Amino acid sequence: MDFSFGSEYEAFRETVRVFLGENWPLRGEEADLSESERARRFRRRATEAGYLYRNIPRRFGGSEQPPDLLEAQILREEFGRARAPMELTGQGPQMVVPTLLEWGTEWQQERFIPKTVEGDYVWCQGYSEPGAGSDLASLQTRGERVGDEWVIHGQKIWTTHWNRAQYMFALVRTEPDASKHEGISYLLLEMDQPGIDVRPLKQITGASEFAEVFFDGARTPADWIVGERGQGWRVSRSLLKHERNMLGSGARAQGLFRSLIRLATRVERQGHKAVDDPMVAEKLVELMGYVRSQQYSSYIQLTRELQGGESGLLPLLNKIGNSNIAQQISSIALSLLGSDSLLAPGANPRGTTSGNEKWMNQFMGSLGESIAGGTSNIQRNIIAERGLGLPRQESPASKDEAGGER
Amino acid sequence: MNFDLSEEQRLLESSLDRFLAERCPVARVRELFDSGEGLDETLWRGLSELGVMGLHLPEEYGGSGLELLDLAVVAEAFGRHATPGPFLEHVLGGLAIALGGSEEQRSRWLPGLASGELRVSLALAEGEDRWQPEQWQLPGGARVSGVKEHVPHASGADLFVVGLHGGTLGLVEGSDPGLRGEPLEILDRSRPLSRLHLDGAGCDLLPRGAEAAPRMRDAGLVLLAADACGGGIACLDLAVAYAGTREQFGVKIGSFQALKHQLADMAIHIHPARGLFWFAAHAFEHVPEESAVSAALAKAHLTDRFLDVARASVEAHGGIGYTWECDVQFWLKRAVFDRAFLGDPSCHRRRVAEQMDWSE
Ligand SMILES: Cc1cc2nc3c(=O)[nH]c(=O)nc-3n(C[C@H](O)[C@H](O)[C@H](O)COP(=O)(O)OP(=O)(O)OC[C@H]3O[C@@H](n4cnc5c(N)ncnc54)[C@H](O)[C@@H]3O)c2cc1C
Repeated sequence: MDFSFGSEYEAFRETVRVFLGENWPLRGEEADLSESERARRFRRRATEAGYLYRNIPRRFGGSEQPPDLLEAQILREEFGRARAPMELTGQGPQMVVPTLLEWGTEWQQERFIPKTVEGDYVWCQGYSEPGAGSDLASLQTRGERVGDEWVIHGQKIWTTHWNRAQYMFALVRTEPDASKHEGISYLLLEMDQPGIDVRPLKQITGASEFAEVFFDGARTPADWIVGERGQGWRVSRSLLKHERNMLGSGARAQGLFRSLIRLATRVERQGHKAVDDPMVAEKLVELMGYVRSQQYSSYIQLTRELQGGESGLLPLLNKIGNSNIAQQISSIALSLLGSDSLLAPGANPRGTTSGNEKWMNQFMGSLGESIAGGTSNIQRNIIAERGLGLPRQESPASKDEAGGER
Repeated sequence: MNFDLSEEQRLLESSLDRFLAERCPVARVRELFDSGEGLDETLWRGLSELGVMGLHLPEEYGGSGLELLDLAVVAEAFGRHATPGPFLEHVLGGLAIALGGSEEQRSRWLPGLASGELRVSLALAEGEDRWQPEQWQLPGGARVSGVKEHVPHASGADLFVVGLHGGTLGLVEGSDPGLRGEPLEILDRSRPLSRLHLDGAGCDLLPRGAEAAPRMRDAGLVLLAADACGGGIACLDLAVAYAGTREQFGVKIGSFQALKHQLADMAIHIHPARGLFWFAAHAFEHVPEESAVSAALAKAHLTDRFLDVARASVEAHGGIGYTWECDVQFWLKRAVFDRAFLGDPSCHRRRVAEQMDWSE
């Protein structure tokens, strides 16, 4: 057990600190720019310095650094400490870019990666359908080659960020005669076209971040296919191996836990801070046991990754571990809000201080987390069958469980 | 950056696994359990020859000069094999003398403890769950009189490390005529407990006992957490193995999804928690400011999870799970022991809460 990074890496840390000290927050006239513009300029500089988008070639807007998990860890720590923007998140940078790097043609990479990394191109994910959720491979939306175009008919659902996305990456059945998994292709398409009709869905929160997307003769060029015809399932799965190695997975739980502590120190009950109530404090410490477990488990995975070893079960436990923690956090937050939880998110008639908006949204969001990207039950199936080696279930659906499609 | 066991620690782990599988397989655990003996002299000697008893003691007194994490690797293996015997109190007693004893006390006791020729036990708890040093009320002095509860393997112990008022420690020799052990009816028959009556027993105070006591307690919490982790993983493994052999409705029960999900939840409970005791053990020597909190947190979390997983394992075994016949009982009872010994999870969570600066 050794938590030091060694002198070489500490020197790297020092360079990063100096860079951050000089470059974040922006100064002078730049300080008055909009938040997103400041973040964009900073990201560009941090990429030039070699700190962001490290696995993306320079010609595609990345910084093309050799893979180094320790440097990556140091960057997470230092950027986090300085509250400096890290890489853009979302389905474009996190799903489309790695997929294109692995499967895309040179022109696709050139055309899509730089603008996605810059944040100019926003993507949505067209996987789920009304009849194909957990059993994703049963999807029915079909694509037909007509001349040098794909023509698409069908429907996607739960499409998040429909309102911001110019592009969709979609799984579409292009080989109707092939078997369930061999008949799917991975297509890119433009959202703004006559063949696409988007109908926003009102979420449990009242917002409409996801939508139904109807395709009625939507078109996309023949060469906007990623991988070969019929390879789409494999193309989409390849991401999973990156996704499972969510090395930063402990960090999210920690961040949320810190916010919860802040809430507990802010909220008062009977003249005392909630955090000083022994019952509340004990609950927080119980939760801390889970949060730290998740954090250390990610360190163990990081270590084994560094040494080229196997982490066994642990990677399979990350997603559900995080969803479980988010659920526990939401239940404590709800008790801390007390009767402020009776109000709609953001409503604040008495000018109270609890600020229920973030937490009411987290309460709802924690539920979304255990559904989106493969439900918790699907995670349990994966843990039991792939992790514990239990027999696969004798049902037609068994081998198709999607798990973690997001 | 390395959050993992070292090569040597893994070697220790695998050699212990081999040793215990051979010298104390579960059939032998059952014999000891049924007899209520707890101590198997041959096993004790074998383990002592492996150097397990003095792993953490200074080399000048015959120990190996290793750290708490090495000891925790041993504790985890014992938990995994449900190994009976006086390991926990023995290594903690030695640690207390190493940390708090005078030169004379160290050279008198440590070599014998390191080699396993002498055996030490702990007399800490008092009524109403007073396990923590600041709660001890037994008045110290050259002679001590009073009662100590839940003293493990008291019979035959050469020495007792006794918790005294003011959170300090003293040594009472097992042969002292002022001592009387009263064996208790116990749940975990692999670790017998007694009530210890002290009646003017001669007591040799540890000069730095007050510093040693909380350190010893923290080390104990880490070792119990390690034991719980090993035990919890064993409960899961037993249930998975059973699910892969038992058939109902013409198929292996492990193909039923409800059972799969229960087993998956057991894995979710126990596997990611291993790092808690690793870190706490590491912190004991290397991150002193985090040592007390991480030890308490590891003990509270892992012993709770051990009990969850042990219960679920009994359930996964069906009717056979509810029998004396079924091996899971050793771990279920061990889980209850690990959870209560040195104070229950709630007590340690409150201790953590008191030490947290939430405003950070
Ligand atoms: C907030 C949010 C955002 C999303 N964003 C997107 C997006 O951008 N793009 C996209 O394509 N999709 C998105 N999704 C969809 C998401 O991936 C699916 O909802 C999810 O995969 C589950 O599919 P389903 O809704 O059809 O539920 P179902 O598959 O019908 O599941 C219903 C219940 O049955 C259980 N179940 C189903 N099969 C099994 C099984 N084999 N074993 C045990 N239990 C089972 C499930 O666990 C669940 O509890 C989003 C969902 C949410 C909630």
